[in-house]
Amino acid sequence: MILLCLIVIPLIAGGLAWAVARWSVAACRWITLLAVTADLILALVLWGSHSPAGSGTWLAEADWEWIPQAGIRFHLAVDGLSLLLLMLTFFLGVLSVLASWREITEAVGFFHFNLLWILAGIAGVFLAVDLFLFYFAWELMLVPMYFLIAIWGHENRVYAAVKFFIFTQLSGLLMLVAILALVFTHHSATGAYSFEYGDLLGTAMSSVAEMWMMLGFFVAFAVKLPAIVLHTWLPDAHTEAPTAGSVILAGLLLKTGAYGMLRFVLPLFPHASATFAPVAMILGVAGILYGALLAFGQTDLKRLVAYTSVSHLGFVLLGIFVWNPLALQGAVMTMICHGISTGALFILVGALQDRIHTREMDRMGGIWSTAPRLSGAALFFALASLGLPGLGDFVGEFLVLLGAYQQSIVIAALAAIGVLFATFYALQFVQRAFQGPNTFNWRIPDLVPREGLVMAVMIIALLWLGLYPRPVLNTFEPVMTRIEQMAPGR
Amino acid sequence: MNVTEQDFIALLPLLILAATAIAVMLGVAVRRSHALSASIAFAGLVISFGSIWIAAPELPRQVTPLLILDRYALFYIALLTVSSMVFILLAHGYFEKSDDDHDEMYILMLVATLGGAVLVSSSHFASLFLGLELLSVALYGMIAYPRRRPLPLEAGIKYLVLAAVSAAFLLFGMALVYGAFGTMRFDEIAAQLSRPGFDRWLVLPGMALIITGFGFKLALAPFHIWTPDVYEGAPAPVTAYVATVSKGAMFALLLRYFYKTGGHQQAPLFVVFSVIAIASMFAGNILALLQDNVKRILAYSSIAHLGYLLVAFQASGDLAPMAVGFYLVSYFVTTLGAFGIVAVLSDGGRDADLLDDYRGLFWRRPVVAAVFTAMLFSLAGIPVTVGFVGKFYLVAAGASAGLWSLVVILVVTSGIGLFYYLRIVVAIYSEASQAKAGPVIGAPAVAALIFLTAALVYLGLFPQPLLALIRGLTFG
Repeated sequence: MILLCLIVIPLIAGGLAWAVARWSVAACRWITLLAVTADLILALVLWGSHSPAGSGTWLAEADWEWIPQAGIRFHLAVDGLSLLLLMLTFFLGVLSVLASWREITEAVGFFHFNLLWILAGIAGVFLAVDLFLFYFAWELMLVPMYFLIAIWGHENRVYAAVKFFIFTQLSGLLMLVAILALVFTHHSATGAYSFEYGDLLGTAMSSVAEMWMMLGFFVAFAVKLPAIVLHTWLPDAHTEAPTAGSVILAGLLLKTGAYGMLRFVLPLFPHASATFAPVAMILGVAGILYGALLAFGQTDLKRLVAYTSVSHLGFVLLGIFVWNPLALQGAVMTMICHGISTGALFILVGALQDRIHTREMDRMGGIWSTAPRLSGAALFFALASLGLPGLGDFVGEFLVLLGAYQQSIVIAALAAIGVLFATFYALQFVQRAFQGPNTFNWRIPDLVPREGLVMAVMIIALLWLGLYPRPVLNTFEPVMTRIEQMAPGR
Repeated sequence: MNVTEQDFIALLPLLILAATAIAVMLGVAVRRSHALSASIAFAGLVISFGSIWIAAPELPRQVTPLLILDRYALFYIALLTVSSMVFILLAHGYFEKSDDDHDEMYILMLVATLGGAVLVSSSHFASLFLGLELLSVALYGMIAYPRRRPLPLEAGIKYLVLAAVSAAFLLFGMALVYGAFGTMRFDEIAAQLSRPGFDRWLVLPGMALIITGFGFKLALAPFHIWTPDVYEGAPAPVTAYVATVSKGAMFALLLRYFYKTGGHQQAPLFVVFSVIAIASMFAGNILALLQDNVKRILAYSSIAHLGYLLVAFQASGDLAPMAVGFYLVSYFVTTLGAFGIVAVLSDGGRDADLLDDYRGLFWRRPVVAAVFTAMLFSLAGIPVTVGFVGKFYLVAAGASAGLWSLVVILVVTSGIGLFYYLRIVVAIYSEASQAKAGPVIGAPAVAALIFLTAALVYLGLFPQPLLALIRGLTFG
């Protein structure tokens, strides 16, 4: 029942928030905040009550009939991996509501409606174990995100929103074709229609068919992730989106791509994935280097942070397809920590833009002297992004590198160069925007208590993940072990 | 051939439609009142719809060699009558804005619906042609109804020429098939087709000509040239009617005719249908990109949608009739809804069909904008809407038959389709360029839009009951 609530609460609260906004904008914000907080608490309760040594695949399940003729069920389930990502979802959800408290002044009700529905869609993606339901949720998060960018975004918002929509929708349709192909393959083998994840695991198929279906899924997830070549929507969408939109895009939507790889691509098509792994690893490494290099060349702060995402998610892609225990753990750690650190950077850049009305680094400099708390927080998250030991991101990327080293020294070495590049862009970001002389004589208010609280929570989370990641690792370890064992030849 | 009491009961829905047309005509003779005529027509449709349950126990029933009343026919009659009711709700408010006599519109519409009902229950070339002409002739009048405006007149003439030409093709094709088999009954044609040794060089050209005739009426590429002009010129509610009732009845007939005879699986015809499907998907979606007129965009989009339908039609597995039936319902709901929005936003002078008319709609009338957005997303096949489930079943039907090339083209072209749906959506949510709120929407139109939106969401979330119903449809 808790699982259903995780999805239904934001859906209902979204409608309510929209309706209430007509009379009171404050009430609308509070309803949104309460709903997301309630979901966060529910997810934490689930986390607290589960036993990591549990024997079953799922920690909790909920299963109803939906369209029986086609073997479609409303089947939700969580394991360690999805539980962590759910917690991340609602954690960042709460923070992005807080971050947009002052930023959004137009059509406030509709904004919070969209925000809540995206969160519901993302929760659905992490919870669904019926492939139809998964696809349903996958598409569901798309539309409100489109609106978020197209209505409340910055200068070039319509272009960015349409590009985002078409990239994801088209790749999603390819996944739909692959899902159906898988279901019919399963049908011809067993005589039963089923979209159930458990049933479809281990479906017998020819290696050619497996490769095509795997590619159908891979493309959909690689667009979201984003893997290089399919990433071009990302800098535009991240840059043009309002703060909350950027936080959710970078922190959560990208993770749905990585989650899809871990949950579906590897387990459903182990042989094809193994054959394809070298290509995916090269894409990952290319993404790491390309993202870092382009981040270094940006002067628009949001674009800079967007390209760092391409780089960090390259580590995730690499870690997933290296496919050994260390790399898989590293990939998941990176997913979680990147969500927090990049989310924080977007919130900071948003706060800065709110104050000085520009995102151009050339128009900044010396902000530290006038807003020390804001600048200090920016330094902290820039350091996290470059992989400073003691912070969460370091743990993730280090594990990925370690795992990759076992697989191929060349790839590990190239990926390590990406870490070096990260130092350049992160330090340049801090130096040009916050340090140096205050050439433009900025006089801006520092972080208000609401923003300070948001930053403090994120700093604590990142420190905790960096210094004592054991509880988190323990939660997803059994899942990673299962995925690891699915690799052919093991 | 004796016609018994049971035959009359089975025919009740059709008889009531015919009687209602006469009733409205007599009503007009007594007193001209727009509201009264619309009410009589609406009541007649409701009774006709209700009589389906009276007719149901008599199923399946062959009434003369011409008509077959089976679950399949009744399902589509129900769909047609409900759509006609929605049409009345939309048309009343729309025509009320201009001062003229509007009563005849409802007579024509009832006749057209009767034609559609005959089409979906025909089992013989004669009844096919009868239904088709009833439908077409009434539509000439409906399209050119606002006779003081140039665009509807032009559209009416175009439709007249097109319908006459397509009828000629159809008749010639029927003649050739009749020449080969010596029968005009579908079941007998089917029986002869299944035996080898018939004259292929008479039958295949005949079938091809029949397909051409169907192609014109369904606006499939390359027979689609008339569509945008007629859609643009016709008054918005009539456009909705042409796009749904007329095309839907035609497609239901196409399905019955070819599934019964198995003609579309004949090798050359299979290729022909595949080419038509591919051409329609590409032509519809690509040409729609070039339009600035919402009615023309929707016209091209309907060409593409009929192309999608053909993919499932080609599949002809277990899933195909279900996919086609469900998609038709979804297409009816969304098309009526989309043109319904155009209708309610139009004033007496002209239709609100330019993209500029919709700029900033969300900020002026958020609810109307939300409904229109829902309709557009349903056309694009986004979840929570009925269009999503419909498209899902189309792809599933295609995939189950292994028609991968058609399925992939469906996917790619609907990706292209996103562009122009999003263009409208972008316009709706952009900053307002004009302050005028637009016309007031009357209660009947509001009821129609609420009904359509509710159906859109309900069927999008719980397609199960409708799927079960369509699955139970059998050809008599």
